[in-house]
Amino acid sequence: MAYLDHAATTPMLDEALEAYLATAREVGNASSLHAAGRRARRRVEESRERIAAVLGARPSEVIFTGGGTESDNLAVKGIFWARRGAGPDRRRVVSSAVEHHAVLDAVDWLAQHEGAEVGWLPVDAAGRLDPEDLRAELSAHADRVAVVTAMWANNEVGTVQPVAELAAVAAEHGVPFHTDAIQAVGQVPVDFAASGVAALTVTGHKLGGPTGVGALLLARDVAATPLLHGGGQERDVRSGTLDTAGIVAFAVAVESAVKGQQEYAARVAALRDDLIERVRRAVPEVIYNGDPTDRLPGNAHFSFPGSEGDALLLLLDAQGIACSTGSACSAGVAQPSHVLLAMGADDDRARSSLRFTLGHTSTQADIDALVAALPAAVDRARRAAALRTPR
Amino acid sequence: MRVLAAMSGGVDSAVAAARAVAAGHDVTGVHLALARNPQTYRTGARGCCTLEDSRDARRAADVIGIPFYVWDMADRFHEDVVDDFVAEYAAGRTPNPCLRCNEKIKFAAVLDRAVALGFDAVVTGHHARLGPDGLLRRSVDIAKDQSYVLAVLTREQLDRSIFPLGDSTKAQVRAEAAERGLAVADKPDSHDICFIADGDTRGFLAGRLGEAPGDVVDASTGAVVGSHSGAYAYTVGQRRGLHLDRPAPDGRPRYVLSITPKTNTVTVGPAEALEVSEVRAVRPVWTGGARPDAPVECEVQLRAHGSVVPATVALVGDTMHAELRRPVRGVAAGQAVVAYRADPAGDVVLGSATITG
Repeated sequence: MAYLDHAATTPMLDEALEAYLATAREVGNASSLHAAGRRARRRVEESRERIAAVLGARPSEVIFTGGGTESDNLAVKGIFWARRGAGPDRRRVVSSAVEHHAVLDAVDWLAQHEGAEVGWLPVDAAGRLDPEDLRAELSAHADRVAVVTAMWANNEVGTVQPVAELAAVAAEHGVPFHTDAIQAVGQVPVDFAASGVAALTVTGHKLGGPTGVGALLLARDVAATPLLHGGGQERDVRSGTLDTAGIVAFAVAVESAVKGQQEYAARVAALRDDLIERVRRAVPEVIYNGDPTDRLPGNAHFSFPGSEGDALLLLLDAQGIACSTGSACSAGVAQPSHVLLAMGADDDRARSSLRFTLGHTSTQADIDALVAALPAAVDRARRAAALRTPR
Repeated sequence: MRVLAAMSGGVDSAVAAARAVAAGHDVTGVHLALARNPQTYRTGARGCCTLEDSRDARRAADVIGIPFYVWDMADRFHEDVVDDFVAEYAAGRTPNPCLRCNEKIKFAAVLDRAVALGFDAVVTGHHARLGPDGLLRRSVDIAKDQSYVLAVLTREQLDRSIFPLGDSTKAQVRAEAAERGLAVADKPDSHDICFIADGDTRGFLAGRLGEAPGDVVDASTGAVVGSHSGAYAYTVGQRRGLHLDRPAPDGRPRYVLSITPKTNTVTVGPAEALEVSEVRAVRPVWTGGARPDAPVECEVQLRAHGSVVPATVALVGDTMHAELRRPVRGVAAGQAVVAYRADPAGDVVLGSATITG
């Protein structure tokens, strides 16, 4: 099988899996006072320190969660509630049109249930935000803005945002800035303190750790109202018995991914560039989406004019090639990607898209398999799409 | 062969897909998303369009061990089946949407897409037999037989269709599903029209076509004997729900004899006035052999689950003409006339056409 969907999830690193198994064999609740509890506590705190050290944060700024979606929800809703609580006029949320649904739907929920008003920032044809748009937004509304949230790197088209510039604009207006860095950590340099963001989402399974564990890095001076109430284990911002084994494995993976980032990015980007080159040769009409330079090293995203992405996916899947249409599903029905639409693509181009994402286990053979199968798949998918009656 | 199994989320299509695998085919499962907004068909529906059905189909595909995808056919379904259903009623006819769905969606839009994508055939869980002789026959389970709603398929469509369930009864299919560990083994059958979740066809039509009050006229006297709020809500042969203001002069029950959209009139009369001895129909297909030049002695069925009547059937140009050996009541325009040849090995579908009068 050629696995070209590392942005969906990537295999666990050996060292993370071993750390998980070793820790999972030990008993101990990190909140217990006895020896077994203390041992678990030590594992958790060491993990917190390791993550903080490689991501430029203080250990107390690392809040463990159940993964990326929870971290995003905690940041968006939690900071919104805390800021509105401190100043009832602050009920505006500023976000971008290309966020992951974990942010997008949290923002929509606030608009529908908490009376939030939303300022959506546009992107250019490469999916890139312009800090001047944020400046204009905050110049007009800063005193009413509770939180700004914009992703570090896009999960579909791989475009890397000018996060430090955006965070600096937010800081000028004293508004906390959250970034979903799920796709960025381990792929591009990420430093919490240096970036100037107030909150940052990271998750385990996108960088070689386990699924179901992640963190929100939350600056010490930023308050967030909890989503989950209970034992208050994580700075009273997040409750729930800590997943010691998951956290240990997560920390091992974050450390490996961040320390090896440069070498990884160089190797994977070279493979990715080869993939792009050969896909273009195999299917000359292909449109390469996203920013050609400010981009995640493992991401290649194309539109195949005259084809439908879901037909291509089916045909490639039958040839043992795993990729993604990159778009959200509604009842399993592919919707045109909101990211592509925000970038100015029309419905047909959005529906004709496929995402190939490389990772730490990717090899030249994966690309060979894709390039071998692609022309026939595109040919068949075009014939299927041509059957559509004009609407 | 490389085949595409249409999986509704019900027990029949799940077992059909499993049997296709057992027969050695390379099978891919597909669930058809037919609702434009899946939630609208969700509540209380026993049809084939809910999110739960989609998950049931996916789970069955996982158990069988085949790839599974959802295909969005909502726009095609609405144009070719739902809108057609409403337009047919508005024109005073009585459509069969399942038949239309087979003709336009399952064995047309889906089959064409499948062929374009490199599949050789479509597998469905219909209860009908289609053997190596290429003839479509009734299922061994007469109560579940669906050959009537498949009789619209052309030779080309049948040649790319596989019906693995025709030699089994529904009880056998359920037992096999349980043996295979398919959770849908005891899922209730769907009965209603899948896009009318609450089963209220009249309410559905009223919502689409609006109220259109008009007269109910007695055929024998020409007198107005009642009123209606939309002629589209009536079907030829209907007795209940007429709400006549006065009893008929002969004191006998009245039935709907015809619907006239132009004058928005529903005409009623006694039972015997419903009787017809000949049926005219259009757009014939003939798959039970070469198209006949001379009239054929056979049996015809004039509605789903209706009984058969001996007849002489002739094809003339784009029409089919059936002379019935004995009169039949309640023949509605828009339904199909299906010609069968009685056969101990399963009655054979000869052909079909859409009834005009």
